[in-house]
Amino acid sequence: MITIQGKGVSAGVAAGPIYFYQRAEAEIQRKTNADFETEWKRFKDAQAKAIEQLGALAEKAREEAGDEAALLFETHQLMAEDLDYEEAIEEAVRGGLNIEAVIEDVRDRFAEMFASMDDAYMQARSADVKDVSNRIIGILTGAVQGGIDSDVPVILAADDLAPSETVQLDKSKILGFITEGGSGSSHTAILARTMGIPAIIGVGSQLKEEYAGREVIVDGGTGAAVLEPDAETRARLMKKQEEQRRHQEMLDLLKGKENVTKDGHSIRIYCNIGNPEDVHVVLSNDGGGIGLFRSEFLYLGCDDYPSEEYQFEAYKKVLSDMGGKEVVIRTLDIGADKQIGYFDLPSEENPAMGNRALRICLNRPEIFRTQLRALYRASAFGKLCIMFPMVASVWEVREAKKLCEQVKRELDTEGVAYSPDVQIGIMIETPAAAVISDRLAKEVDFFSCGTNDLTQYTLACDRQNNDLGRFFDPHHPAVLRLLKMVADNAHKNGIWVGICGELGADLQLTETFLSIGIDELSVSPRAVLPLRQKVRESNVAQVRDGLLGALLSDQTPV
Amino acid sequence: MKKFDYVITDPVGIHARPAGVLAKEVKNYEGATVTITKGDRTVDVRKLMAIMGMGIKQGDTVTVSVDGANEEEVAAKIEEFFKTYF
Repeated sequence: MITIQGKGVSAGVAAGPIYFYQRAEAEIQRKTNADFETEWKRFKDAQAKAIEQLGALAEKAREEAGDEAALLFETHQLMAEDLDYEEAIEEAVRGGLNIEAVIEDVRDRFAEMFASMDDAYMQARSADVKDVSNRIIGILTGAVQGGIDSDVPVILAADDLAPSETVQLDKSKILGFITEGGSGSSHTAILARTMGIPAIIGVGSQLKEEYAGREVIVDGGTGAAVLEPDAETRARLMKKQEEQRRHQEMLDLLKGKENVTKDGHSIRIYCNIGNPEDVHVVLSNDGGGIGLFRSEFLYLGCDDYPSEEYQFEAYKKVLSDMGGKEVVIRTLDIGADKQIGYFDLPSEENPAMGNRALRICLNRPEIFRTQLRALYRASAFGKLCIMFPMVASVWEVREAKKLCEQVKRELDTEGVAYSPDVQIGIMIETPAAAVISDRLAKEVDFFSCGTNDLTQYTLACDRQNNDLGRFFDPHHPAVLRLLKMVADNAHKNGIWVGICGELGADLQLTETFLSIGIDELSVSPRAVLPLRQKVRESNVAQVRDGLLGALLSDQTPV
Repeated sequence: MKKFDYVITDPVGIHARPAGVLAKEVKNYEGATVTITKGDRTVDVRKLMAIMGMGIKQGDTVTVSVDGANEEEVAAKIEEFFKTYF
């Protein structure tokens, strides 16, 4: 038994023999063509066939994975018949070179041009030019498209797969993917996810040619592939596969449905993300928005303070990819368990109560200002809500808002666009903030309760200390009563209130949250549909009085 | 020759799909040449990859020129197209 660990980018469990993708990579000979007319006709015929194939692929992708997937092939079609591309080829054929070699040259030239552009969207088009050109070369050289020559379904292994390769695959033959390279946002990962095939990427040299034909079980959830598993591992993974399959079938039926209870209460279900790349998972799980985008990742992934421009691009991407749905971006939340070298923060005896989050930002406004400028600039591209973490006092919020006003004035002076409708909110994660939420509600547009810290601070119980297990109780009535108090104060002041801690996805509490009138729950993308299911099964009118009565009662249940 | 200036409003700038549709559209206007100028570079809109290679982003101002048959009418159609897609 050998375990290969990579990054799981498409969930699910599948078992089968490993099969290495067969790619026709015949070496192209460079030679002099017979004459222009003959060679040009060969190109025109191959081009026509490529356009026809791409049209068929677009249709196939549309049926299997929707318009988004089809768009890719339609773009390829446009490239194949592009005048610029065609003229570059014509010129080189007139020069006397054979068409296969010409297309290789032109492919590399355009691919390089796109790759060198300073725009991520254009850089990604480099792969498209290569893919289109290789298709035409394949047609000219008679290479077989499809890549799988097997009678039984397989786990497909490859260095990486081009988008057209992924879609052309006969999916009745594929149980899962393992690739050496790739990223979570590569075409392969996206298509695998939309088509519901488990995929593990980035396994690198752990994947060896000698594994061909041997049995493997891939778990796209954990990113592990187990070669020749022992009986126990096999039984465990197969059971997981069956359970997931049945469960997912039920959940998929809920896509596009409303988060509404039997008696007509609705609630927004948003997602927590930590990376702009996670947006597609939000959308594929039908998340209604982003309720918590942890901006720390931008800082954690750098060796020095990330620039305004770098942050702006990341925020802009999330906002525009979400297509006008609400996106709550939490400003820098470091300190405590998240330390960053270049911040040079002195070590503390009690970091959870130390210099962290908004406290750092208010003490070092130059860092905060960079982030706020990037946020306001990005606000022009979607529906932005800015959220400050770790608030305990009203003055902190006022000071942070003042910095926002300064940034807006600066942008006005510079003539830089930003949205006038940016909402400003705060996390409620200290007991102090919960207790004065009536006053805080007059300062902001929304609250979002961070239940992990709220529990830790309310119960004076370290959430990272595993020995405290039974003392760390997020269902503690003190925590839930605070949540109710926060919700009541929010609504008295006409603002909305959400929960973005792990508790939001806790199905045992969904009815309680509905009863106290929480407006939004922000959970990990994979928790959206299970939560929607729970909401749709609930009847608030029936349980509300009982639940609230028990919560507020002075009698402790036995 | 008929000209108009246009400020790109699409967040992605001039991207592949609409640029491709535009290139096709222009092929129907026989006898008219349509070009986009940004800075000192001018490119025929029928050349999709060259247009994409200009790296035109949101906020950029480009000049669109129409030369040849029915230039008034063609320019009006192209301007409409820009407003819709770019």
